[in-house]
Amino acid sequence: MLEVSNLACSRGDHPLFTDLSFALEAGELLQVQGENGKGKTSLLRTLCGFMQPVAGEIRWRGENIEELDEDYYAELLYLGHHNAIKDELNALENLQISAGLAGIALSEKEAVAALRRMGLKGREHLPVKVLSQGQRRRAALARMLVSDAPLWVLDEPLTALDVGAVGLIQELLGEHLARDGMVIFTTHQPLVVEGVELRRLVLS
Amino acid sequence: MKKLSLIALLLLVIRRDLLLAMRRRADVLTTLIFFVMVVSLFPLGVGPELDMLRKMAPGVVWVAALLASMLSLARLFAADYADGTLEQMMLAPQSLSVLVLGKMVAHWMVSGLPLVLMAPVLGLQFDMAPQALGILMFGLLLGTPVLSMLGAVGAALTLGLRGGGVLVSLLVLPLCIPVLIFGTGAVEAVNSGLSPNANLALMGAIVTMALVFTPWVTAQALRISME
Repeated sequence: MLEVSNLACSRGDHPLFTDLSFALEAGELLQVQGENGKGKTSLLRTLCGFMQPVAGEIRWRGENIEELDEDYYAELLYLGHHNAIKDELNALENLQISAGLAGIALSEKEAVAALRRMGLKGREHLPVKVLSQGQRRRAALARMLVSDAPLWVLDEPLTALDVGAVGLIQELLGEHLARDGMVIFTTHQPLVVEGVELRRLVLS
Repeated sequence: MKKLSLIALLLLVIRRDLLLAMRRRADVLTTLIFFVMVVSLFPLGVGPELDMLRKMAPGVVWVAALLASMLSLARLFAADYADGTLEQMMLAPQSLSVLVLGKMVAHWMVSGLPLVLMAPVLGLQFDMAPQALGILMFGLLLGTPVLSMLGAVGAALTLGLRGGGVLVSLLVLPLCIPVLIFGTGAVEAVNSGLSPNANLALMGAIVTMALVFTPWVTAQALRISME
């Protein structure tokens, strides 16, 4: 489904990696590994189309993502270092708006249910600025629950999360992969999804 | 779960930005208070000669509106850029131009529209005739959206730069000169007994052109800033 061929990326004049090729099929889980500064985030951002590759091609269902443009974005969920939530809004408004930006009209009931599952029961109507870092991250990750995109690109999804939340994320990834979804992610913490083989891509 | 249409997405962005503005009211009031202060300082500074005040009124109001609209530009995309919302907007399954248009409309409603509504009150300080006040207001109604739209292009181009706030003014103010000329020209035409139609028609043409081109240009600039 997602094919990357001979990809090369650079940050400014500094080359990060060259000749990177891999493919991701439905139901597969891929972890991008590498030391700090090896280009993990750059690779994920290139997959999202934020950065232009120096060379090579990224294809989704056989077509170049630059040509697919919005059709590709409709099938992509990206969670980056930034939470993309607004301090002034409450968790519920944040989730409804970010789902809306992803093209999904979310009813209040669905949004509340997603936040409750993320462990934010009773915090739905509090402004996000009074929540802790971990709770903010949970509010941001609630988007995984309401997304119907097959391809998930997750950049360090586990930062600031406690053990319970990490378990929940592993559970969510398992459900997504069982629905024939695909996940490509980076992390410096151990992440195990039961019954799914973890593929590794090492940048060096 | 339903899919959102283009119009629904546009409305969502407008509603979101208005909601955020309501929660950060201080930012909105700064623009308006700056506008009122600058315009009110002129009669105090030049003295109460009615003939002179009447003559300089349109220019003063328009220049103040131009400067006031520059104030909030630096914040137009900065917060969304810093907290990652802009990344999510780029991944929206609709054209980024539409989302940008939504942000422009919301920005105008928060920073342009209050100036239009306040202008007649300020015009009275300059002893402007009722007819001239009407044309001033109409001109501002046509012109302030252009300021928001051109400003958005500048804000997108300077996104992530240090000192971007000043740079945005240097970049955008020269582009706003036609709006200033036709806006004040319309009021002066009425004052000297001529028809303001030509000036207003040109202003309308500028709005239409800005509406067509600036969302797309802003979207391209945002993509470049994102790399």
